[in-house]
Amino acid sequence: MIGTIDTDIVVLGAGPAGLAAACAAAEAGARVLVLEREDRPGGILKQCIHDGFGLVRFREQLTGPEYALRDADRLGRLGATVMLEVFVSSTRRMQNGFELTCVDRGGVRTVRATALILATGCRERTDRQVFVQGDRPAGIYTAGLAQYMINIQGMLPGRRAVILGSGDIGLIMARRMTLEGMDVVAAHEVKPEPSGLSRNIRQCLEDYDIPLELSSTVTAVHGRKRVERVTVASVDDSMRPIAGTERDEACDTLILSVGLIPENELAQSLGVPLDPATKGPFVDQTMHTLVDGIFACGNAVHVNDLADYVSESGERAGSAAARYVARHRAGPADGKTERRLVPVRPDQGFLYAVPQYIDTAAPLDAVLYFRSRRTRPDGVVVSAVAGSHQCQSARYAFVRPPEMERFVVPYDTLVTALVDADSLAMRMEDR
Amino acid sequence: MTEHKEFTCIACPRGCRLMVSIDDGVASVTGNACPKGATYGAQEAIQPMRTLTTTVTVAGSSRARLPVRSSADLPLSRMLEAMAALDPVVVRPPVRRGDVVVRDLLGLGLDMIATDDLQAVGAAPDGDR
Repeated sequence: MIGTIDTDIVVLGAGPAGLAAACAAAEAGARVLVLEREDRPGGILKQCIHDGFGLVRFREQLTGPEYALRDADRLGRLGATVMLEVFVSSTRRMQNGFELTCVDRGGVRTVRATALILATGCRERTDRQVFVQGDRPAGIYTAGLAQYMINIQGMLPGRRAVILGSGDIGLIMARRMTLEGMDVVAAHEVKPEPSGLSRNIRQCLEDYDIPLELSSTVTAVHGRKRVERVTVASVDDSMRPIAGTERDEACDTLILSVGLIPENELAQSLGVPLDPATKGPFVDQTMHTLVDGIFACGNAVHVNDLADYVSESGERAGSAAARYVARHRAGPADGKTERRLVPVRPDQGFLYAVPQYIDTAAPLDAVLYFRSRRTRPDGVVVSAVAGSHQCQSARYAFVRPPEMERFVVPYDTLVTALVDADSLAMRMEDR
Repeated sequence: MTEHKEFTCIACPRGCRLMVSIDDGVASVTGNACPKGATYGAQEAIQPMRTLTTTVTVAGSSRARLPVRSSADLPLSRMLEAMAALDPVVVRPPVRRGDVVVRDLLGLGLDMIATDDLQAVGAAPDGDR
């Protein structure tokens, strides 16, 4: 054991969520320590060298590294500490906070904090989580791994690639691999519509004449040591391959862009309840989980499509954690009794809505992020209803499951409406 | 003669569906939600322009690549040529984001700019600031 660090708030992860959370907490006067596993802050943004980040937050098109450096610099100016190459090996809830055991190059150390902010991001679904049959030779990569190889390590994953899935990282990589001299045969999406942003279909596939095959999937991989070819097939309405439509495509690389899952191993070890719909912790509008003193933000809570929204949730978590710490200092008993949680109940039109609770004792607007269960090209009206009282509504021109939408209910409206309601209902209706 | 073109706007993640009609070389754009879409649509109908983001080789550092971006959009038709021109480029630390890495790429009047910092060897790691 090489020592103990005592601090107010520990942030786990120095990606966009963790950096924004740490900045907000430090600005509110809390002592903050950020623990990062890698050797540089920035998280996945380090390898996202394309631009398009920051339009909401900075009104500029930044690349991933530029976006991350803005918050890293700001955090440096605030005097918060980022410990790099640290791995959290265990976490415990104590009487008055949390105790973490960490391993870094110097050895094992203990970190104690009053509040924890989980900013652990998400992980890619791998070939073991989708049902592709056949061989398991070299040459099967997730899109993020291919991105790491090309943009950080400077290596090409192969020569001729087929992409399974139409998530944004897969689309970005289709362009990136083409520019680096690889042949990209096609992207196959099992659903009848693409899951990435329309702009990425345009600028990553159409710009380079890469076909997007909808209702189509890879059913088998062939190859002894290295991928030699894949079998692709059209699928029916229930996404089952249609007999007779199979054909083989020669390639040495299969790129998977088949979804992201919030990473919550640490949250689970701390007993933080997770929402099966998002696979992230249940949170209130301050990003407080159902365990007192544990906050969560960014892609650990639900998979966002813009880094800007990840940062927004980080800022909320950071300032709320700082308030929690200040309250805790004033009187340790307060923390538990002060929350008044009212559940948010989205109707069948929603895939999910986050946050899942409103803390009416926390003087903060509710920023609700949601996804529609299905594509509705004619648009929808979303309303928040408490009892028989409609407190907020907004129109959306076009909603589809891959695109996250934002819905704000002002705090004043919330407290008035939720005085004697036992839930906040979210309704989605045709326009 | 009026020519009609239709495409997705890439100016922001909203992805508006733009309809462009070109009359004697003059483009008029509908379907855009903001002025950026009008500018983009008119340009796209005549000559598609794109930002190039890529990496260049790094020597004398533990890092292998430095990410760069073009200071302005370049014609989409010249992307692969631009990539070939960047292939032999090697940078050495220290580099600061915003530094010009390649001046006047392909004579297009635009530069390639570093989008990340590269610390000098022996300097404190990037994060300990």
